[in-house]
Amino acid sequence: MRLELHRARVKGIRWGSATALAGDGVLQVNRDELLALIREDGRFAGVDADLASPGDRVRIVPVKDVVEPRCKIEGDGEVFPGMIGDVETVGQGKTFVLDGAAVVTCGKIVGFQEGIIDMSGVGAEYTPYSVTFNLVLIFRPVDGIEIYEYEQACRLAGLKAALYLARSAHESGAAADRVETFELPSVPELLSAYPKLPRVAYLYQLQTQGLLHDTYVYGLDAKRLIATIIHPNETMDGAIVSGNCVSSCDKNSTFTHQNNPVISALYARHGVDLNFVGVIISNENVTLIDKRRSSAYAVKLARILGIEGLVISEEGFGNPDADLIMNCHRAEIAGIRTVLITDEYAGRDGASQSLADATKEADAVVSCGNANMIVELPKMDRVIGYTDYVDVIAGGFSGSLRADGSIEVELQAITGATCELGFTRMGAKTL
Amino acid sequence: MSGYRIVHYMNQFFGGIGGEESAGIKPESRSGAVGPGMAFSKALQGKAEIVGTVICGDGYFAENMDEAVEEVLRLIGEFKPDAVITGPAFNAGRYGTACGSVADAVGKKLKLPVVSGMYQENPGVDLYRKSVIIIPTSDNARGIKDAVPAMTNILLKLLSGEALGDPRTEGYLERGIRVNTFHPRSGAERAVDMLVLKMRGEKFETEYPMPVFDRVAPADPIKDLKGAKIALLTDGGIVPTGNPDRIEASSATKYATYSFEGVRSATSDLYQTAHGGYDPTYANQNPNRVLPLDVLRDMEDEGVFAKLHETWYTTVGNGTPVANGKKFGSEIGAQLKKDGVDAVILTST
Repeated sequence: MRLELHRARVKGIRWGSATALAGDGVLQVNRDELLALIREDGRFAGVDADLASPGDRVRIVPVKDVVEPRCKIEGDGEVFPGMIGDVETVGQGKTFVLDGAAVVTCGKIVGFQEGIIDMSGVGAEYTPYSVTFNLVLIFRPVDGIEIYEYEQACRLAGLKAALYLARSAHESGAAADRVETFELPSVPELLSAYPKLPRVAYLYQLQTQGLLHDTYVYGLDAKRLIATIIHPNETMDGAIVSGNCVSSCDKNSTFTHQNNPVISALYARHGVDLNFVGVIISNENVTLIDKRRSSAYAVKLARILGIEGLVISEEGFGNPDADLIMNCHRAEIAGIRTVLITDEYAGRDGASQSLADATKEADAVVSCGNANMIVELPKMDRVIGYTDYVDVIAGGFSGSLRADGSIEVELQAITGATCELGFTRMGAKTL
Repeated sequence: MSGYRIVHYMNQFFGGIGGEESAGIKPESRSGAVGPGMAFSKALQGKAEIVGTVICGDGYFAENMDEAVEEVLRLIGEFKPDAVITGPAFNAGRYGTACGSVADAVGKKLKLPVVSGMYQENPGVDLYRKSVIIIPTSDNARGIKDAVPAMTNILLKLLSGEALGDPRTEGYLERGIRVNTFHPRSGAERAVDMLVLKMRGEKFETEYPMPVFDRVAPADPIKDLKGAKIALLTDGGIVPTGNPDRIEASSATKYATYSFEGVRSATSDLYQTAHGGYDPTYANQNPNRVLPLDVLRDMEDEGVFAKLHETWYTTVGNGTPVANGKKFGSEIGAQLKKDGVDAVILTST
C-alpha cells in the first residue's frame, strides 16, 4: 500500500470571501459557507466559528477534538471513512493536507471531561495545538437533546469542517510544497526484503469506555472490535477517529490519529534498524473479560505475524493501565520484546506511584509526563468557548478559575499535554 | 563577616555530651559549631557560618518524637538561620530517624533549605527520602571527610536558590519525586529508540521503573451476617446533588461522608455522580447502580444483616494518586472500626 501526503504549508488563517489557500500561505475561510454546512445538523441550536493563531492571547475551552484538514485527491474512498463518507478502504493514492492548520471543536460542555488550549503563555508550551492555526467551532445544542446525540453531532461537525477546508483549498488550486511517501508492501514481501532485521509491530490501544471515551474505526465503535490489523497508511486518511476527550491531556485527538508519531518513527527506522511489519489495534473496554479477550487476541496476532518487538501505546490512565500491563506481560511471556508508552498520575507532589498496575516484564517504559502536575495559566485577553466549566472539568478543582481570569489546574486539563502516542517531547524523571 | 547563618543539628554523642548513658538528654543549644560542625565551618569557607548547634539525645528523641521535634525547631528558630544541616548520622538508626524528622520539619514548617547525610540503609532514609535532601555517606563516622564536602556543596547550592539537578550527578539520594521535563526527542521517537536497543540486547534505560505495590491481606470473613453492621463506601463519585463538598472530578484530594438517615433509595433527585472518568449517564439516571442503597435497605428489612451503617463514604477514584487513596483508606477504616462496623461493601466503576 502506497500513500502520498501532499502537504501545503499554512502560515496564517483569516476570514475571506472564498475558502482558499492564498498565495502568502494564509488559509482564507468563507465563514458563512462553513457555518451553513455545519448548521445543516439540526441537533445544534447554534454554531459559531472563531480563529486562533499561535501567540494570540486566547484560551479555547472546553475543547472536544482537534482535526487536521485533509482530503483525498487520488485513490479510493474519502478521509474519515464510515464517519462522514463511505467505508471504502483508504490509505492509498494521494491525500492533500493543510499542514499547520487545525479544526478545534468546542462549546457547551458534554461531560466533566473536556480540555483547554492556550495559544500563548505557559499553557501553550504544553499543548501541541498552540502551534497550529486553528479554526474553532463553538456549539450550542438544542434543548432536551440526549448527550450521546450532542456528542456525535460535535464529533461529525469537526470532521466535516476539516474535509471542507482541505477540499475547498485544494479545489481553489492550492499546491503542495512537500510530498511525503509512505509505502509498506504485503507481509511476505516485507519478510523477504529485510530477512535480517527484527520484525516489529505497533500495538495501538484505543480508548473505548463510553461517552467521551470512545474511538471509531471506519465508523465502527471500537468497543465492538476484536483486536485487528490496520495498515499504517489508513490512519493517515482518518480511518481512526476520536470520540474521546476525558482528562484531555492523554486522549488521542483525531489530529494525533491522523499524525500518529509512533507510526512515523517506525517508518523512519524501517529497513534500517527494524522491519516494520504492521499495526495491530486493540481496545480498552472496562470489564476484565473484555480486557483479557482483547489482549490475548492482540498478542496472538503478533505471534501469527512472527513479531519480535512491539511498541505498545496506552490511551488514558487507571483502568487502561491494566490493558497496557496485560499486553506487555502476555507479549513478553510469548518472547516478544516490548516498549510501553504511558503517562503518569504521580500526585501533585510527584511522590505517589504513577500507574494503577505493574508487572516486572515492563522494563522499558517511555513516560509522557506526570498529569497531576499543577500549572498556572495566566489570564488571556479573549476566551473562545466558556470558562465557567473550569472548576468541574477533570484536572480542575474548586477554585481553579480565579476572579482575575487566571486558572490553576492539573496538566490533565490541557488538551494533548501528556499524549501517550508520544506526540510531544514531554517526559518525567525522578528527583 | 559571612553571608548565611547555619544551624547544625546532632545527637548527644557527636555533641560531645556522652554515649548511650546520655541518650536521654532533652534538646539543648550551643552557640557556634560543635564537633563535626568544625569540619563544616571549614568547608563553608566563609560563605556561610555555623551560628549555633542544637543537640538532642537519640533516646529522648525516639521516645518523645512530637515534643522533641517541636522543641528542636524552637531552638533552631532562635538562631534565625538561613539553612540547617542535620547529621550526618551514618548508620545510627535512631540518629538517622531524628536527623530525617528534624530536616523534614525544618523544610515544612520553617521553610528553610536543609540537608542531611546518612548511610543508604539507615532507616531514616526510607522514612524521609521523599521530603529531605539526603547525601549518602559511609556506614561509620570515618566517612565524615567525604560527607562534609558533599553536604556543604548541596547546602550552598540550595542557599543560592539554584534548582538541584539529577540526583546521580548532584550526589544526593533519589527522593522518588517525579518531575516533568521536556526531552530533546518526542516520546514516540524515544520508544522506538528504546525498542531497537532492547532487541539488540544493548543497554537501555527505562523512563519509569515499575512500582512495587502494597498487598493488603483480606480480613477474616464474617461468620454470621445476621448480626453484622454493614457500611457502604464508593469511589464511584456518588454525591448529594450539587456536590456540596466539591469532590474533584479527577485526582480527588478528599473524601466525604453523608448520612442515609431516612433515605431508602439513592434516587436521582437526591444524588448524582461527580466522577469525571466514566460515562455518567447511567449513574445519574439511577445512582443506586453505583451506590446500591435500595437493595441494602431491602436486605436490612429482610434481616439478611443486622443494620446498615447510616454514615456512608464517597470519593472519586479517577486519576487519584495511590498516596491519596492510601490516606483516605486508612482514615476511613479507622473510623469505621471505631463505629463498630463489621464489614464494608466497596463499590467502584
